[in-house]
Amino acid sequence: MTEIVGLEALAARVGPGQSLAIPVDGSGVAMAATAAILETGISDLKLICVPISGLQADLLIGAGCVASLETSAVSLGEAGGAPRFTAGVKSGAFTMRDSTCPAIYAGLLAAQKGVPFMPIAGIIGSDLLNVRPDWQVIDSPVGEARKVVVVPAISPDVALFHAPEADRAGNVRIGRHRELADLAYAAKRTLVTVERIVDRNLLESEDSAAGVLPSLYVDAIAVAERGAWPLALWDEYPADEAEIARYAAMARSEDGFRAYLSAFLTHRKQVA
Amino acid sequence: MSADRERREILIATIADLLDGIRHVAVGASSPIPAAGAMLLRARNELCGKPPVRISILGSQAHNFFTNGGIELFDCAAQGRVDAFFLGGGQIDGQGNINLVGTGDYPTSHVRWPGSFGSAYLYHLIPRVILFREEHSPRVFVPKVDFVSARAITPEVPRRGGPYALLTNMALFDFDREAGGFALRSVHPPFTPADIMENTGFAYREPEVVCETKRPDAATLALLRGRIFDELAETYPAFARTMMRAA
Repeated sequence: MTEIVGLEALAARVGPGQSLAIPVDGSGVAMAATAAILETGISDLKLICVPISGLQADLLIGAGCVASLETSAVSLGEAGGAPRFTAGVKSGAFTMRDSTCPAIYAGLLAAQKGVPFMPIAGIIGSDLLNVRPDWQVIDSPVGEARKVVVVPAISPDVALFHAPEADRAGNVRIGRHRELADLAYAAKRTLVTVERIVDRNLLESEDSAAGVLPSLYVDAIAVAERGAWPLALWDEYPADEAEIARYAAMARSEDGFRAYLSAFLTHRKQVA
Repeated sequence: MSADRERREILIATIADLLDGIRHVAVGASSPIPAAGAMLLRARNELCGKPPVRISILGSQAHNFFTNGGIELFDCAAQGRVDAFFLGGGQIDGQGNINLVGTGDYPTSHVRWPGSFGSAYLYHLIPRVILFREEHSPRVFVPKVDFVSARAITPEVPRRGGPYALLTNMALFDFDREAGGFALRSVHPPFTPADIMENTGFAYREPEVVCETKRPDAATLALLRGRIFDELAETYPAFARTMMRAA
């Protein structure tokens, strides 16, 4: 059964050394939970961005929580490059596992289907194949005779995201953001924060059920109002562009980043 | 300011021309000029009764009809349902290879960019990939990229996708998939072919007579400054505001 817990209890379920999968900005990023995880002083996370990340990954990297990073990109979007990611790559602060967006989805799909790898179109000729020895080019064993790339299954220890609402049974409304379901299907455990818990049953009609991730895939839920801030949550609130720009400017230096982080954690505690 | 607006309007109109004939164009995140070009084509086709154009703008709610999550664009491209897309690059070389990762020795790059995004895959699968990079300089257009995020030509595997053209602040190039290189098509005013030569780090073919890139006509400009910048404001409010203010 899905447990409904407090934000700190939810954050405590992410442990050092675990692989943690997170969604792209705007899809439903659990920023309040990220603050709570940062408070635990976690280390050695294997971060998997599905398929890219921004502020969330940059904060975790800057705080020294990340041992390895699998992603297709880290960027603050309109606010520019992700400063702590860039600095961390250059100093070798973590193991970098460069990917390409559909390869991350393909790896999750393999885990979803319980198979060790997934074939995927394209990629051949890219230097990604040189820096990802776990990816291989094989002759297709069936069908059209041609070369095809295969990537290993990605089965994260924990998936973490934020959504507008869940019902009391733990069903979560994800709208058309099916990538959140892809995360949950592949992950061993899924933690979700929501703006609110609703009394109605989200599975009660075909209309409402179509945009819902059933509680079967959800281990724990915590309420976190404005839990994606300063990032956007679809149909709820836009991104706080000024705050993200402020981060982009401050995080250019290590000291500036520390100051931002400290204020960010304090702010989250005041909201909570 | 007005020169800046004119430069952007030429780029947008050129993109609409490059997209002529397509049914579905996808536009990646943070790409206001390509998005405006796609919207201009859609509006123009509508007005002259040509087949409708579908536009998928990543990050937009109004101009995005996908319902199957982040994977749908990639599946759609694999099925041959996306005709055109835009890619950029921190470096682009004369063979059409692009680098979105960084310069110097991998992984502790001298300069590190965000990463390859979907390029390694989409370059193989989308027939009309328009390389769009505003900065036209020898540090961007290099003889050989330091890291190949996506390779333009791979004879070892069948593919329908690859580079179609390269558009910069200064010029428009065609990509010749047979020859495996770029050919200068036109130069945007006020630049000259000599300026292009000076600012391009790779070799390319140059015709005997180099045309000037066509300036958008009055009807196109009216459409752009009205309907298109209005439509664009949903996804790119700041960009649309700047362009409308300048107009």
